[in-house]
Amino acid sequence: MTAQEVRLCGLLLQEHFGEVVERIGTHLLRGGAQNLRTIANETNTPLDLVKKSLCVLVQHGACDFGSGRRGPGSPVEYRASCERVLRVLRYPRYIYTAKTLYGDTGELIVEEVLQRGHMTMSNTVKTVADRLTHNMEEGRSMEYSEVVSAFSKLVETHFLQRCPPVAEMGTAATSTTPATPSTPAAPASTAPPTAEINICYTLACCVCVAGRGKRRRSSDDSEEQRGGKKAKMDSESCGDEGIYWLVNFERFHQHFRDQAIISAVASKLDQTSSEIVRTMLRMSEVTTTQTAAYTQPLSANEIFRSLPPNYSISRPILDQYLSLLVDDPVGADSPPHIPTLTIGRSIAELTLDQATLESVVQERFGSRSARIFRLLLRKRHLEQKQVEDFAMIPAKEAKDMLYTLLSENLVQLQEIPKTPDHAPSRTFYLYTVNQLPTARLLLQHCYKTVANLIERRLFETKENKRLLEKSQRIEAILASLQASGAEPEQLTEVEEMITAPERQQLEALRHHINKLDSTENQVDETVFLLESYIFSTKTK
Amino acid sequence: MVGLGHSRGRGKGYMSFSIEAVGIGKGENLPPSILQPTPLFPPVEHKPVPLVMGEEGEYMLALKQEFRGNMKNLPFYVRPAISKKDVERYSDKYQNSEPSDNTIEWNPDRGSWFSLMIGFCPFLSVTDTSLSTRVDKEEIIHNLEVGITLEEEVTSDEEEGEKKKQEEEQQDGEDEYDEEEETDYIMSYFDNGEEFGGDSDDNMDEAVY
Repeated sequence: MTAQEVRLCGLLLQEHFGEVVERIGTHLLRGGAQNLRTIANETNTPLDLVKKSLCVLVQHGACDFGSGRRGPGSPVEYRASCERVLRVLRYPRYIYTAKTLYGDTGELIVEEVLQRGHMTMSNTVKTVADRLTHNMEEGRSMEYSEVVSAFSKLVETHFLQRCPPVAEMGTAATSTTPATPSTPAAPASTAPPTAEINICYTLACCVCVAGRGKRRRSSDDSEEQRGGKKAKMDSESCGDEGIYWLVNFERFHQHFRDQAIISAVASKLDQTSSEIVRTMLRMSEVTTTQTAAYTQPLSANEIFRSLPPNYSISRPILDQYLSLLVDDPVGADSPPHIPTLTIGRSIAELTLDQATLESVVQERFGSRSARIFRLLLRKRHLEQKQVEDFAMIPAKEAKDMLYTLLSENLVQLQEIPKTPDHAPSRTFYLYTVNQLPTARLLLQHCYKTVANLIERRLFETKENKRLLEKSQRIEAILASLQASGAEPEQLTEVEEMITAPERQQLEALRHHINKLDSTENQVDETVFLLESYIFSTKTK
Repeated sequence: MVGLGHSRGRGKGYMSFSIEAVGIGKGENLPPSILQPTPLFPPVEHKPVPLVMGEEGEYMLALKQEFRGNMKNLPFYVRPAISKKDVERYSDKYQNSEPSDNTIEWNPDRGSWFSLMIGFCPFLSVTDTSLSTRVDKEEIIHNLEVGITLEEEVTSDEEEGEKKKQEEEQQDGEDEYDEEEETDYIMSYFDNGEEFGGDSDDNMDEAVY
């Protein structure tokens, strides 16, 4: 956990869960595993607030608990996970992806589960159906069964998964296990891990399927009461208490990675080849694990059969495309002597990461520095003179650019001595780019950038707090006046309470905040690419 | 590397290695040495790339802002217990303040992880020091910061819960004067007087004596 990561996590926690949770969360992130008393004492927070914050963090999966260091008798220790908190930045992307894949229903399901951390299926179905009904026209309502089918599709494609059962913590915990409701598929921790993975994606057998979404009517109190009682009965009859579902971030990440590969192929080759790559990736979606370096080997026949029907290309053309893809580093790979193709995910990651680094250098230092950087990436080690020659840049400027890159730590110097005494006049000094450390450096820069953006946005909001409150109050007054049926003169009078320069200021503020927010989203895309590259090299 | 000259040398520009190897020619103008930390907002030579704002970007922006707004209303947004007031007033002790957070609605499922967090006492309000049992029952109803009730209470009181509620409703009718704590004064004793004079827009025809 670097300082930048902790700072960003703190800001994200503050925005979504409040200051108390932020204080506890950053304390845990900085200090490692701690027990309840230590946290309360060191953060000077009352004990019940600490408990509440820890509950919130555990609910959202950001905090984990386990038995203390001193053995089973010591108090429970809590550990926060930096990585999980940073995922909060990517929530809009997850929700939008669910929308593109499964429509509005899928989008709302994922949004509800993300907001609540983890939820039972019946709860989710009910809430989503109510929300959809609320947005529909009068007289129509959303059937539970439609929401349930969308939910099942999400589970089948592994986008949602079950919460892993809590491991038992010594003999003291066994007395509480009889109290847990009898869930048919919750195994004890002694079950083999494969069984756990199998039930990760199995739906609960008994879920209340029948029902429709309820429209919230403020005027109809009696119906509310009856509806409320009915809802309570429904939740009691649904037998899936204790089975919680959460969003499977890894599966979303795999989807994003595949999208990146497909769009890279599309921009480098053409649309048809990207469709072929998309087909290959889809065929190996659930068969290969996410961290595998290569997808499942596929023969050309299989690919031909699985192509989408509207892409009717003949067999010889497909073979030509496949041979093109084999030549391309981002595209497919063909193991020797075996007539199959796989897509090298890790190689694709490497190439994508290289492209990211190159574009960063280009935007910050200009196209000629980018040329030098690309040269060093391809040729590994070059001397000063060779750099000038290959890049075709005059010596003085090349020197200048190289030193700028060196001072920014994007390029490193490697010394190769000719003599054992490392005399400088008899040593080669070679310039090189180490891809992994450079990616890490840029990732930290990205975290710092996002943290700065959030802080700036909070600052802007705080500066104009008075103005924002005034505009909110006026909107509330306008809404209440309109609801009670007022004349247009009254409305204009109220509207004029905000002067024109104030309106301009408000408009500018809204524009700034929108810009900062969308910048955060965009930086997160770069963060994703860098993170997945670093992770893929770590697991090798 | 350039600093090595200081420790070694007499004579200007004497360095332990030949400068040509690194690429600095003889008699060339070197950039001036840096005497202070780099400025906080250094001038940017190349303009940053403009934002990509398509339909997708705007939709994600709206999603993000909506999500943030919704999180503030959920019970997971923990607010600190003390709200800052300008002046402490004696009447604060006897007046209801608004519930500062919505954890009332959130009940972490006791069947799952929560019950296994050893040493985790259930949520009790920090100011919960009342002694009489009658006030206890009222506090369970009126308690502003209820998170979770004790497990034993729930299992034992489930049958008696309805009976108790009926009793308490009767008692509530009697106790309309002292609500929260045992005081001898009616609640209007503790009025600030801020609501006084609000009716002065009414009928001014009648003279006030």
